[in-house]
Amino acid sequence: MAAHNFKHALFCAFITLLISYPILGFNLEAQGINITITGADTTTILGVLLAAVVVFLFQLFRDQIMGRVGDLTSLTAGKHKEPMAENRRAKIESWVLTGIVILALFWPFFMSRGAVDLATLVLIYIMLALGLNVVVGLAGLLDLGYVAFYAVGAYTFALLSQYLGVSFWFALPIGALLAATFGLVLGFPVLRLRGDYLAIVTLGFGEIIRILLNNWTNLTGGPNGIGGIPDPTLFGMEFGRRVKEEGNTSFHETFGIAYSGEHKVIFLYLIALVLAVFTALVIRRFMRMPVGRAWEALREDEIAARSLGLSRTAVKLSAFTIGAFFAGFAGTVFASKQGFISPESFVFLESAIILAIVVLGGMGSQIGVVLAAIAVTILPELAREFSEYRMLIFGAAMVLMMVWRPQGLMPMRRIHIELKKQE
Amino acid sequence: MLVLEDVHTHYGKIEALHGVSVEVKKGEIVSLIGANGAGKTTLLMTVCGNPQASSGRVILNGRDITRDPTANIMRSGIAIVPEGRRIFSGLTVEENLHMGGFFNTKAEIRKSQDHAYELFPRLKEREHQRAGTMSGGEQQMLAIGRALMSKPNMIILDEPSLGLAPLVIKQIFEIIGHLRDEGITVFLVEQNAHQALNLADRGYVLETGKIRLQDTGKNLLANPEVQNAYLGG
Ligand SMILES: Nc1ncnc2c1ncn2[C@@H]1O[C@H](COP(=O)(O)OP(=O)(O)O)[C@@H](O)[C@H]1O
Ligand SMILES: [Mg+2]
Repeated sequence: MAAHNFKHALFCAFITLLISYPILGFNLEAQGINITITGADTTTILGVLLAAVVVFLFQLFRDQIMGRVGDLTSLTAGKHKEPMAENRRAKIESWVLTGIVILALFWPFFMSRGAVDLATLVLIYIMLALGLNVVVGLAGLLDLGYVAFYAVGAYTFALLSQYLGVSFWFALPIGALLAATFGLVLGFPVLRLRGDYLAIVTLGFGEIIRILLNNWTNLTGGPNGIGGIPDPTLFGMEFGRRVKEEGNTSFHETFGIAYSGEHKVIFLYLIALVLAVFTALVIRRFMRMPVGRAWEALREDEIAARSLGLSRTAVKLSAFTIGAFFAGFAGTVFASKQGFISPESFVFLESAIILAIVVLGGMGSQIGVVLAAIAVTILPELAREFSEYRMLIFGAAMVLMMVWRPQGLMPMRRIHIELKKQE
Repeated sequence: MLVLEDVHTHYGKIEALHGVSVEVKKGEIVSLIGANGAGKTTLLMTVCGNPQASSGRVILNGRDITRDPTANIMRSGIAIVPEGRRIFSGLTVEENLHMGGFFNTKAEIRKSQDHAYELFPRLKEREHQRAGTMSGGEQQMLAIGRALMSKPNMIILDEPSLGLAPLVIKQIFEIIGHLRDEGITVFLVEQNAHQALNLADRGYVLETGKIRLQDTGKNLLANPEVQNAYLGG
């Protein structure tokens, strides 16, 4: 046993060296048109060696360490608590959510412009994650190309405003519906695939959309993107210093207050908040409806669900389409917030981040998704110095989650129930 | 009620059923027995259209359903208790039952649910328990209860006694008998030949994808061939 551990630990340490030394131990330096390789300084090499030693020690004493971690798990999971009734839990969840929303309505008026802007981004991610949650968390379809529908929403608004001068409020439903249509059309051939295959094909689809946007230069401007996307208006009132479109009035003049750039930021935030709440409520409604139960049933056991007369294609397509719809929603808001979009914003990493939010939040639960969206968006901003290590921290957080709470922050259902005593 | 005519079924290139003909008449209990791998599950799944028969015909209530999609077949008065029960283990007992009545109205669901609890009082006790935490016998009861929720005229059971204690098996077979008395036609697939044939009006013996014998339940029980191969001599 000990010998086996020792060998395994040695092997892991070796792998650590093998992977990190070539990546960190060499520097590529451009000198004119030539690139030269130089060795890294001693601290880096020492760091790599130290990492290998840490890996070695951890693997050597893994059983003891994981034993401790296991003890911790039983503390945090509240194993000995009485399980809460499902409906009571749901009630508490709605109260908490309502509380969060009321707080969220008022706090931008006391915060800095940057904070509100960031909060808008969080809300966009919440919308995205809630939508993807339907696909991955509820219906159990691993979609790695979700960002494609987000892109469809964003580009719909950008193009409609550029070519036809369509306003935000018109583009919002159009973007969402178009994204949903894409979901429907794409889902049809793809949803016959299972598990890994579905993941790979959706991943490919996400890339295709991005590459298409990148190369269809005539229409989308290619890598240069589309700028000058208008802000939303409030009943025809614009938030700029000067009115851009004829017939509109400006917000600050109508109310006789001084112009402030903050009005616009707060207004966008409030729109995002309303839309995020709308998304949450609609999806909640779906979850209670038969179609929501069908998603769950199909995820739990496809053969059983089909044996009850559920159509696999119809159930999966509905989840895929609804998920895409809300991604389109989020995309429209995103385009309006940024004022400029390019294919850069819709890379695979975005899909991965949204998926991470869903997984971290505990597949299926809405509060969990909200908390995870906040954590995933805000933490990197707080730790700006570490921004290079964002993905590293992300990966580490995922691994830790899998160890401590594989069910996510707030799993949708209790993982564990006390059995009644047998008579 | 249900007729299979010379049904061949393939998995890819491999033929699992080599021309099977079976008939289940209204109000009967028909048992199909056979060893592991004989093709019993394949036969039932062919009735459900997953996989579909590559040749031959499946006729339900006089209508050819050979090429119908599974979802349509399963909504035309037939219900299956699949091999290995396949309850939704993350859902509660009640939610499982409601899934069974997915296409029915609320009132119908309530009625069928009460009926299922009448048949299986044990399920009523565990109404709000998660199905996956129940014993094998209780899960089997739930699988049957769930299948009955759609108010089928015919129920198909794939090895309902698999892995259960003798006492529980007895209970399950009693319920199956009771279902026939309620007017539900039963097509029962079993390896537990003795009890299955005892209960059955008629029986079939399936061997490597072919019907080997068919007769009344009693005659098959008395048949020396059956006794040697399936009843332990
Ligand atoms: N999904 C499948 N793919 C390929 N072959 C299968 C599949 N299911 C069953 N088979 C084969 O078909 C034959 C009959 O299997 P099955 O119908 O499960 O038998 P039984 O239910 O009588 O034990 C076996 O040889 C089995 O290996
Ligand atoms: Mg079988």
